[in-house]
Amino acid sequence: MQIIENGNTAAALGVRLCRPQVIAAYPITPQTPVTERLSEFVEEGTLKAEYIPVESEHSAMAVCIAASSAGSRVFTATSANGLLYMHEQIQWAAGARLPIVMCVVNRAVGAPWNIWNDQQDSISQRDIGWIQIYCADHQQIIDTVIKAYWLAEKVSVPIMVCYDGYILSHTFMPFDLPQQKQVDTFLPPFRPEYALNPDEPANLNTVTLPDVRVDVRGELAHGYMEIRYLLQKDTRLALQEAAQAEKRFTEIFGRGGDPYIEPYLCDDAEYVAVGLGSITYQLRVCVDALRKEGIKVGVMGVRYYRPFPDKVIAEALKNKKAVIVFEKALSYGYEGALASDLKSALYEYLAGTGALPVIQNYIVGIGGREIHTADLTKALKAATRSKVSPEPVWIGLKL
Amino acid sequence: MQSKTNILSLPVEEFVHPGTRACSGCGLAIAYRVGLKALGKDTILIVPPSCLTVLQGLFPVASTKLPCLNVTFASTAAAATGIIASLKTQSKEHITVAAWAGDGGTADIGLQALSGAAERGDNFIYFCYDNEGYMNTGAQRSGTTPIGALTANTPFKGKLQQKKDVPAIMAAHNLSYVAACSAAYPLDLYDKIKNCLHLPGTKYFHIHIPCPPGWGYDTRYGIKIGRLAVESGYYDLYEIVEGRIRLTAASEKLMEKRKLVPVREYFRAQSRFRILSDEQIADIQKQIDKKWEGYYKQVE
Repeated sequence: MQIIENGNTAAALGVRLCRPQVIAAYPITPQTPVTERLSEFVEEGTLKAEYIPVESEHSAMAVCIAASSAGSRVFTATSANGLLYMHEQIQWAAGARLPIVMCVVNRAVGAPWNIWNDQQDSISQRDIGWIQIYCADHQQIIDTVIKAYWLAEKVSVPIMVCYDGYILSHTFMPFDLPQQKQVDTFLPPFRPEYALNPDEPANLNTVTLPDVRVDVRGELAHGYMEIRYLLQKDTRLALQEAAQAEKRFTEIFGRGGDPYIEPYLCDDAEYVAVGLGSITYQLRVCVDALRKEGIKVGVMGVRYYRPFPDKVIAEALKNKKAVIVFEKALSYGYEGALASDLKSALYEYLAGTGALPVIQNYIVGIGGREIHTADLTKALKAATRSKVSPEPVWIGLKL
Repeated sequence: MQSKTNILSLPVEEFVHPGTRACSGCGLAIAYRVGLKALGKDTILIVPPSCLTVLQGLFPVASTKLPCLNVTFASTAAAATGIIASLKTQSKEHITVAAWAGDGGTADIGLQALSGAAERGDNFIYFCYDNEGYMNTGAQRSGTTPIGALTANTPFKGKLQQKKDVPAIMAAHNLSYVAACSAAYPLDLYDKIKNCLHLPGTKYFHIHIPCPPGWGYDTRYGIKIGRLAVESGYYDLYEIVEGRIRLTAASEKLMEKRKLVPVREYFRAQSRFRILSDEQIADIQKQIDKKWEGYYKQVE
């Protein structure tokens, strides 16, 4: 059924279809409408779940961690400083291998206070053992939430579904609302290997030594390093499982594609713009304009940021003259994190082959600075003409 | 108080294996062992980093026979909320959820989450075992370290501030049950747990825990020192049910005897109070006497 709704409602509807049993949330703009809608669903009885209005984001994730450890499918959502306040907890969730799904409605972080959109919040949580998937429209938001539960529970790794604050969260678009029956076919009930239970007592997340240790039965148990290695291994494994999720999803829902990247006019392109989230759709307008000028340019959205689909990306960007990375976040003291990751992936697969493109990094839309399509087009065109700047170039800076 | 358990009527079944990693003479080992007997088998525990994390052992060995979720320092009570919510969706509300945190994990870093859970009225029992400092990290001061105590980060002058009254803070949340207990009176603890199990919402227990390395006394004197704290009227055993406070066990007896052991005996038994002057002790004695005169008046 096609409906017209905002991005936060798309997320909430997707969550309801996945039948979570425990939801905990603390309000922060622009996330609030997601959790408000979920509280409405619970109170009106269209979602059978416990909704916990916690006193902080740290506690929101604590509730998710504990409820998931006790065997429930859980959900929370946050933005900006709320996500930063969870930092300790989200690392705990990853280490404890809990398949939590959380929407991150991307917003700039303080200081100074700023409630508008960029992606510094989720990008700053890149290295913690969560899968990060970025959405570019409302259909992707609702579909990604559903796929995220399947994947998280398959590999026991938590997932952030990231979408741009306001640009997606508060704008209205038509999208297909999946049927409950379809979702139930796609997503079986959550059955964890172990859930806290007095009949089968276990001490979870206890102090674990640097080296392996023998248990009471004489069997060798993992040390901390083995447990952390397996987190890395299974997060990488999620790349394969994501393809499986996409295949099943396409069979049941009749739509899908490449789960990792979203290329637009890239096949014959000499230059490819790359980004995360809604900006990649705005860049399509720039690409169309430049194509009319005869410049062979395309744009590629990166959907999976962690695990990073390095091989797929290298394959897609092989033999391009330049890759132009537009980012709404950066690793302060260096450059955009996506630009660095792209360089790393391209070097790994293409160094010495003669197929290695140069990379230009643009920083754009920080703290909600208006991103004018004309500016993007100009920057994209400039990158096809001039030498690459070793430092990231800030678009629209008024200094 | 409905029942008075004695050492012979205490259940034989143990939920803590012998040979835990607690320090010798640890007051927590007593309170935890007896506390779990009262909670019984159908219990899920939540423990933040603290001495109890050490007591429970290193992976893959555990000294506790009940399921336990280890959580981050500040999140104990919120984690309890999560387990309660999950059990509710599974129709397993007969399972007791019990959190055990230290005084730092309760009075300091965990207070926000505890207040949040109490305000929501989440149905669980929260135990603060109060050894009056960050003993697991080498005896630094906490919000509940008493005035005058030397700690690793109040090394020469002792703590200059008063002890935070956490049970009073929790009582201000209008809880169905608040209790102050001591490891030196484990049967009082046992009875209080049993008496509150059926009560709704959040139940709060504060347990005074003598700590040989943190307080500075020979390991064999833990019970004696714990009792001195109560018999001197310095630390009181009580319960608050529906807003009404009632002294229990040895504190209740003190109401009858009306004779407090001089608090000097409690202070002089521990090296952490060695810098307290006679004048300071006399001053604290005055405060204790005044507090007890208030108790006597209430009865009259």
